[in-house]
Amino acid sequence: MNVHRLQQRAAIIQAARFFFGARGYLEVETPIRLPALIPEANILPLSSASWFLQTSPELCMKRLLAVGVPRLFQICKCFRDHERGRRHLPEFTMLEWYCLDGTYLDLMTETQALLQALAEKFKDEVGFDGEVVRLLLELDWQRLTVHDAFARHAPISVDQALADDCFDEILVEYVEPKLGIERPCFLYAYPVSLGSLAKTSRQYPELAERFELYIHGVELANGFSELTDPAEQRRRFVKETELGRNKGVSFGVLPEKFLKDLVKIEAACGIALGMDRLVMLLTGAKDIDEVVSFTPEDL
Amino acid sequence: MYTSSDLRKGLKIEIDGDPYIITNFEFSKPGKGQALYRCRLKNMVSGNAFDKTYRSSEKFKKAPLDERKMQFLYNQGEDYHFMDTKSFEQYIISRDQLDDVTNFMVDNMEVDVLLFHDNPIGVTLPNFVNLTVTKSDPWVKGDTSGTDTKPVTVETGFELQVPPFVVEGDKIQIDTRTGTYITRVKE
Repeated sequence: MNVHRLQQRAAIIQAARFFFGARGYLEVETPIRLPALIPEANILPLSSASWFLQTSPELCMKRLLAVGVPRLFQICKCFRDHERGRRHLPEFTMLEWYCLDGTYLDLMTETQALLQALAEKFKDEVGFDGEVVRLLLELDWQRLTVHDAFARHAPISVDQALADDCFDEILVEYVEPKLGIERPCFLYAYPVSLGSLAKTSRQYPELAERFELYIHGVELANGFSELTDPAEQRRRFVKETELGRNKGVSFGVLPEKFLKDLVKIEAACGIALGMDRLVMLLTGAKDIDEVVSFTPEDL
Repeated sequence: MYTSSDLRKGLKIEIDGDPYIITNFEFSKPGKGQALYRCRLKNMVSGNAFDKTYRSSEKFKKAPLDERKMQFLYNQGEDYHFMDTKSFEQYIISRDQLDDVTNFMVDNMEVDVLLFHDNPIGVTLPNFVNLTVTKSDPWVKGDTSGTDTKPVTVETGFELQVPPFVVEGDKIQIDTRTGTYITRVKE
């Protein structure tokens, strides 16, 4: 633990709140203990009595969109079992925001605005990473498709990687370390199979309207145009539940109330940003342990 | 048995019949992707290293390693003979495997021997050993070369730099991790 980093963390979170407040976003708190989760085969939930701790606040936040909150954000704890490393904690802090009618392209613009507002605020303060601040203040952020990123940096194409079941390995080994080095990079247009809650592109039905933001090779945020077709969403949930079951993971029953509310949303977009990683990035911390009060090992 | 989530730096596992130690470790998980455990593994016998990325479902055998106190008895050419101080069982380790250890090892010295499936694969010396100086050039007073150390040879044949007052027949303490002189020992 590092008290100065905790002070910086508090200042960053406060500045983020101010940014969203000024843009008319409503700050919300939704329950973190849920009877049904989003089934995602690669995310292991932690159970709490017969319910679960949330792996993200996505379900409840989209239900708030459905009942008429047009713009909302939340800063909350999320839980994912067995995730521990230099950039992972099983309990971590997420910043998520959603708005009606926008697309993932609008979100890219807004994410850039948020990070540039933070960079501008902290650029002259002691203890913030000057190089990162300069990078964030670059005017022209890169937008690179997954297809082009593989073509540029990986030994095989994205289609080949998917066919050989090694997309994640190639991405981590060859592609990610090259992203967001000269300027921040939005990696976008993911294959549909890698965006369970993202809307399919109308123009290219094999692609999802999803992006990840990379800075200095680190993945910071994941956003997409929300899939709002309940029938399609149910099909994807059933498929992910099946994949999870093969790995021995249970997500509880399907989130039926969410699927019911989804009918009321015509179009929306949303994004999740790792708050601990944002603090790491701005303060130059090399390990997530440096930016939280206590790690599981400290307890 | 270990699973992927047990992997970490320093863990010792068995792969294809050889013991490996993880010398570098990184947990990665691309957004919406699967957990990846990226390791650099070093073969504890040959010293060869390779990189490997594992997924979450993998299982690993614990390397059956055992460290025992042994006494170094003597060497016969390339063969170094050791005796387990508890069971009195004798083991032979080749010079190749001992590497730098022979620079600091004298008869009857007690050392830690690492065994893999009951085969010795490595020797750890005490951090400090006392060795006798067998060859030392006299120091010339008024030497203006500017150095305040001189080279000597100890009983194992190892050569190191010591302060000028050390003479032949002295016992000196050496740090076996760095091979450097610590102090002169009075007996």
